Amino acid sequence: MSESLVPELPTGPKEPASRAPTDWKTDVMQKRIRARYAKERRFRMWGLAAVVGSAGFLAFLLVTMLWQGIGGFQRAEVALPIDFPALALEVTPDQLDDAGADLALASAGLQEQVTVAAIAAFGEDGANYISDSAWIAVRSAIKSDPSILGKRVSINVPASSRIALAAKGDGNDPDATRAAAQLKANGVLSNGFNIDFLIGSDATDPTAVGIWGALKGSLLTMLITLLIAFPIGVFSAIYLEEYAPKNRWTDLIEVSINNLAAVPSIIFGLLGLAVFLSFMNLPRSAPLVGGMTLALMIMPVIVIAGRNAIKAVPPSIRDAALGIGASRIQVVFHHVLPLALPGILTGTIIGMARALGETAPLLMIGMRAFIATPPGGVFDPATVLPVQIFLWSDQVSRGFVEKTSAAIIVLLVFLLAMNAVAIYLRNRFETRW
Amino acid sequence: MNIFALLFMILGLGLIAWLTARARAARFTRVGNAKRLHSLPGQHGWYVATWAVVPALIFLVVWGSLSPSLVTEQVLQSPPAAQLPAFGFERDTILAEARSIAEGRSFGAFHPESEALAPAYDAAISRYNWMGTGIALILSFAFGLFAFTRVKPDFRARTRFERAVMILLLVASLIAILTTLGIFLSLVFESFRFFQMVPITDFLFGTNWSPQVIRADDPGETLGAVPLFWGTFFIGAVIAMLVAIPFGLMSAIYLTQYAPPRVRTWMKPILEILAGVPTVVYGYFAALTVAPFIRDLAVSMGYTYASSESALAAGIVMGIMIIPFVSSMADDSIAAVPTAMRDGSLAMGATTSETIKKVLLPAALPGVVAGVLLAVSRAIGETMIVVMAASGAATISLNPMESATTVTKQIVDLLTGETAFDSPKTLAAFALGLTLFMITFVLNIVALRVVKKYREAYE
Repeated sequence: MSESLVPELPTGPKEPASRAPTDWKTDVMQKRIRARYAKERRFRMWGLAAVVGSAGFLAFLLVTMLWQGIGGFQRAEVALPIDFPALALEVTPDQLDDAGADLALASAGLQEQVTVAAIAAFGEDGANYISDSAWIAVRSAIKSDPSILGKRVSINVPASSRIALAAKGDGNDPDATRAAAQLKANGVLSNGFNIDFLIGSDATDPTAVGIWGALKGSLLTMLITLLIAFPIGVFSAIYLEEYAPKNRWTDLIEVSINNLAAVPSIIFGLLGLAVFLSFMNLPRSAPLVGGMTLALMIMPVIVIAGRNAIKAVPPSIRDAALGIGASRIQVVFHHVLPLALPGILTGTIIGMARALGETAPLLMIGMRAFIATPPGGVFDPATVLPVQIFLWSDQVSRGFVEKTSAAIIVLLVFLLAMNAVAIYLRNRFETRW
Repeated sequence: MNIFALLFMILGLGLIAWLTARARAARFTRVGNAKRLHSLPGQHGWYVATWAVVPALIFLVVWGSLSPSLVTEQVLQSPPAAQLPAFGFERDTILAEARSIAEGRSFGAFHPESEALAPAYDAAISRYNWMGTGIALILSFAFGLFAFTRVKPDFRARTRFERAVMILLLVASLIAILTTLGIFLSLVFESFRFFQMVPITDFLFGTNWSPQVIRADDPGETLGAVPLFWGTFFIGAVIAMLVAIPFGLMSAIYLTQYAPPRVRTWMKPILEILAGVPTVVYGYFAALTVAPFIRDLAVSMGYTYASSESALAAGIVMGIMIIPFVSSMADDSIAAVPTAMRDGSLAMGATTSETIKKVLLPAALPGVVAGVLLAVSRAIGETMIVVMAASGAATISLNPMESATTVTKQIVDLLTGETAFDSPKTLAAFALGLTLFMITFVLNIVALRVVKKYREAYE
């Protein structure tokens, strides 16, 4: 017995008998080992360089945007002295109380009078120092405190984009640089937080633009997208994972979903143009159509995330529910779905983040018009944040550069917030079975 | 009536149906308790509510697609319609204008006739709106009442309601097929119209692309798409991949084989952020920062005619965007190689890098190749970077400093501005879209096949 435990040596081709063991101490071998280790270190360094390089691209991108965009949240303001009694605006204080205040002030020639005041204060070129929208700042100052109409006051109004650029050190325009230096020396040029950027809409003058119009368009579009994509995505995921019989139809559905997830986004734009706009005659540029198009685009994302979440719920839960007499619908809707919900929601938020940053399909369905008022509903013409960024980036006026970057910052903040919520949901509620 | 108010009312009726049916079913159990209920009271409620809501909603969808033509029909009967031109484009424009005035969407009109038609439209629209509202409410009420009368102790409400839910789930999952079909049919249909005007051989093999000057007698002469295919291939499959493959592959190798776990848990999500940055941001970055830099670099190296819309700028930025994609595909396929192979190689005395280069990568190669194919498909379908950073001039050149244009860029250029739907110019966009769809489809199918086959080999 003991002999059989020691196997016989295989009788294969014999090794050359006269092979001496490698002497690792020789110079040749030591050199070879050193070379191999050096190669190893080099390879490792390349790997590290690739990781650092990729992260470096990201950092460079973000820092560039932040650097250029931070100025977009500020604006150069000129303290404009206005002698209201001398201007003799034809408005009575009680006109300013009701809703007609804007109209009353506009018809009293406020816009012209502000220009006159600027010329009086800063000389003949003064009208070019203040922005075209300066009178709106004066108007809101009057509305918030009508008593200034009887006084001589100094109101901070936005500077024109030439002055604003010059004040930031852009030396392309010597006249403006000189004027800005003059204003600064007189202590009337200052930097303020640009609240209008957050509450305003698109405009032709870069000092007057805002992102609220585009942001509201984005929110309405996202609402439609969520209302369509979420139920359809969750229902498809449930059907495919829980009820679908194994047959050719189910295979076809699965293939279409996997394929849709990889179709270029611009193709969805062409679909929206051909089906929603020219076949179904829905209104152009409307958040409704944009939302429907994006919903079709992110639906596969939700389906795939939903299937994975449903798959992760252990079969024992289904068996237990079936065992005490629940129907197959009750099993899914009372037991499986609540357990899978965190995973589904995470996938949905990631899909929505993708929809929020998407531009190309919305260009196809005409959401690139110049829209100066925020949309009132889902049928109104609107634009969305990424498209607004695209439109501003096309503008030749240099004042738009920092506004574009500022809008990018806002967009990135929203995306970051959505992803943070997704990560939080995943960590907080996801159960490991 | 406002559509939202109507929906609200129908849902309200549904709620009432649910409450009353549930209460009625619950009473059966209390009164004498002669019979046990087959279904729970709530399930009776759902059954009746479904009958109250669903037929009315289906009716509204059908009505919504029918009523515009009914409205037009009625308007054409009205006296001012007799003034209209008999048929053709102008007639349609006038009708559309009158309609938008009547709906309060626009206030002035280009054609005086449409002002006259607007009141007729207004009347017709409000008449059909009321008709639709009335029918929808009656349907909701009638079907709800019908279902309510069926609530009996031995009525199988649960079975019936669950069948309805199953149908809903099935319909939801059919939408994916419908979408695929919709994409394919709309692209094929519009492309077919295009190829009736332009011979398909001119489009696929012509080398002159300048859609601004289309000759009416020979539109195919300036609609040859070869320069676009070349530019797309050059930017998306060559330059972008030259950036994405080394960076993506080496990052994946470093993070899976060398990096300590802490570094891996932090760096992986950071690299994933690169894929989450919106493409319009990359486009802006490419156009504003990278392209001028590359132009200056080229000028300083002696190219006097360097373009500020070079293929290189768009390609590099696109490559950066694709890095996490390549990286995670490579990560997956390296992880799928059995540990025994790696351990065996290390045990034989190979260094880690030798193991990676001679054992892991060859074993993971099919997965990596599939990942690269998917990345190429993603890159050639990418739109915003090339729209903002690449040029509109279609040239065939091997020089990355020169301008190049892509299929996606041209689709956007062709479809913005002009709205007429039957010129070769707009239809060309659909033909380009069809080509793009086909190419990405084939790439995806091939890549998924490779991944699947290769996974099976190791499991």
